[in-house]
Amino acid sequence: MKIDARVAALPTWIGFPVRALPLPIINLAFGRLVASIKCRHPELLERLGTHASARFLIDPTDLPLQFLIQPDRDNPVQAYHPSFRCDWDARVSGPLGALIAMVNGELDGDALFFSREVTIEGSTEAILALRNAIDAAEVELASEAIALCGPLKPLAEETAHFLLPILRRWSGVDLARQRVQTA
Amino acid sequence: MMTPSINQRVALTMGPVLFNWPVENWSDFYAQLADEAAIDLVYLGEVVCSKRTPFYLRAMADAVGRLQRGGKTVALSTLALITLMRERKECAELISSGGCEIEVNDLTALANWDKGEPFHIGPYVNVYNEGTLAFLAGLGASSVCLPPELPFQAVESLAAKSHALGIGCEVWSFGRTPLAISGRCYHARIDGLTKDACQFGCARDSDGLEVSTLNGKGFLAINGVQTLSYTYSNVITHVDRLEAAGVTALRLSPHSFNMRDVSRAFRDRLDKRIDSEEALSRIQTICGPVSFSNGFLFGEAGLEMVTSPD
Amino acid sequence: MNGRSRLELVCPAGTPAALRTAITAGADTVYCGYRDETNARNFPGLNFSRVEMEASIAHAHDRETKVFVAINTFPRPGDAKPWHDAIDDSVKFGADALILADLGLLAYATDRYPHVRRHLSVQAAAANPDSIAFYVRHFGVRRIVLPRVLTIQEIASINKEIECETEAFVFGSLCVMAEGRCSLSSYVTGKSPNLNGVCSPASHAIYRQEGSEMASALGPFTIQRVGLDVSAPYPTVCKGYFTAATYEGHVFEDPASLDASALIPQLATAGVTGLKIEGRQRSRAYVDAVVHKLRRIVDDYAAGLEIQAGCLSQLSEGQNTTHGAYRKTWR
Repeated sequence: MKIDARVAALPTWIGFPVRALPLPIINLAFGRLVASIKCRHPELLERLGTHASARFLIDPTDLPLQFLIQPDRDNPVQAYHPSFRCDWDARVSGPLGALIAMVNGELDGDALFFSREVTIEGSTEAILALRNAIDAAEVELASEAIALCGPLKPLAEETAHFLLPILRRWSGVDLARQRVQTA
Repeated sequence: MMTPSINQRVALTMGPVLFNWPVENWSDFYAQLADEAAIDLVYLGEVVCSKRTPFYLRAMADAVGRLQRGGKTVALSTLALITLMRERKECAELISSGGCEIEVNDLTALANWDKGEPFHIGPYVNVYNEGTLAFLAGLGASSVCLPPELPFQAVESLAAKSHALGIGCEVWSFGRTPLAISGRCYHARIDGLTKDACQFGCARDSDGLEVSTLNGKGFLAINGVQTLSYTYSNVITHVDRLEAAGVTALRLSPHSFNMRDVSRAFRDRLDKRIDSEEALSRIQTICGPVSFSNGFLFGEAGLEMVTSPD
Repeated sequence: MNGRSRLELVCPAGTPAALRTAITAGADTVYCGYRDETNARNFPGLNFSRVEMEASIAHAHDRETKVFVAINTFPRPGDAKPWHDAIDDSVKFGADALILADLGLLAYATDRYPHVRRHLSVQAAAANPDSIAFYVRHFGVRRIVLPRVLTIQEIASINKEIECETEAFVFGSLCVMAEGRCSLSSYVTGKSPNLNGVCSPASHAIYRQEGSEMASALGPFTIQRVGLDVSAPYPTVCKGYFTAATYEGHVFEDPASLDASALIPQLATAGVTGLKIEGRQRSRAYVDAVVHKLRRIVDDYAAGLEIQAGCLSQLSEGQNTTHGAYRKTWR
């Protein structure tokens, strides 16, 4: 019963520029993204219930970064280098493309779990709550990123329309939801 | 929500033998039970697998006769999961056989029931709340044996409701707890066979076959299509609370231990001739190195054993 | 022209987003529950608030899709209010049917809302024409969800004898035990499908890497250990790897799910009215994929075409599917 890897990992050269980026910049960018998502989808925190205060460690296996997300905080995201040991309640790891596809509702989280592309540790209950809350909120990361641009939204949309396919070809990562893949 | 103590002796019942015992052992068991003062009511009948029924048919009439002559009330139990045409017919035959009360373990038995005719509700019927109890009482239920998974709070409420409805309320008190029933036979499965072609592998295990985890921890027990707890349910340490709740009978489920001695320990405890500690110790001696549990009553995992007093 | 019936596709909706997805993908009917213990998928972050239920039913009706509300657990004594409220509100919102299992709730719904369809949940484990007749006689149930312990031949016989419709599971997680009558989960964790609406709850699921293996445990019991290149199982209490006498293996059931899509023609011939997809706890992506696939098969069958079944194994537990009890060899 061998698994078929369905989501390709990022090319390893991505590591270099990512490692070069200062953590505070990453925190700011992702923090604003997550804060914006929370604002635009208030039902997300509501569905999380008591798990909104849990610490979720998101660990993309093909990126030299890990993200500690605590949804109910004002600054919900802390980025760390992989070597940093932080305390967490639940940990999700997998290729970045798979994690993004899960958030976007493009790939089924359980299927990724069954095939071991995504692994989980710690509070399964918190992870389930997060998965269900995000799925219910119909988040699409590309749209959320564009929404951050405020008055520049139309320009951002045009840029995204141009950039996203290139990004997809280079890295295999899809920030926008495509037609859901059937097997 | 507890009723005041009902001025009535809590009865002891012996449930139907769940396992595939050799007919001789089965008959002997009931012959001895006929003389056992500690037991008031005896249920018998094949609850688990209709393939076993033919082996007991002839012995059943004898057993019933002996028990009744010994002054015991006898009730005949139906199968817990009725699917086949043959099983439906056998259930109808059991009901029309007359002479004994019927314990209903599958609502199939009530399909053509004459409203108002009394029957017992077995522990396999989901009586979880007053609404369900009232509905079944309306059909004629004269007693209920509550699902073993219910906590004290529920037992207390349902015992009170039973009292108000004028029906008996029984609680599963000893023996491996039935946890699930299936169309698939697990004894057959581990023998590499299907239920239809089984070779009665279940006859090898007079108390069920233990299932352990890969770490060697006792987990469950299988008995043909039935799955039971690994631990032996034993409420002996909390009999006072059950009595105070208005429970009218405690059900003991037969195993290969000396069930007469087990029933006497319960009877002595109920009659306050011995205390909880002594009763528990006596039962442990009778049963040997087995684990007891009563977690369901405390709303905990069923496998837990709470011995501290209420 | 060929007399083939068009089976009703009954699809799971764990969230309003999944409901909308199911409808877009071609569901004839969706089924869902409230965010509490009144239904058997009471998982964290899942299900519908009252506001969401009302809006979702309206949305579905606008698109000519039916909504069944699952209120299929068993109320505790002295505490039936949440269940009664769920029934009252569902009727108020215009639900097309209530899916019930508890006798007391069936009596309540029959008494209060005689004209609202009552369906019998698989949790009632009505596995033969007599027990089905019992429910029809006392509660006027219009449809039974068939327990997953029956063969196709048995389903065909049942349909010949009964007066109400039947619904059969066609895809999703399998339950090997008679449903609504299983305390395995509460024996291990204290949480029961009947009382709490959960089986093998996530709160008690633990994954640990042990050397070169991954162990999944439920409470104090290791349910399975697998190598790192094998699909990971959720520690469902009856789907683990155990020992019994000299046998070592999946004593109760393999961690595979049901895919009976290839048997849809036989289920139709057996007289089944509705095909039920299990999976309210699954994602929109699952719902979209499965509903699209089964919609195609149901339509092809109705049109007299050959059906293209299979190909959904990645969405299945153990990445493996089975025909379950529909084939007699399962017993």
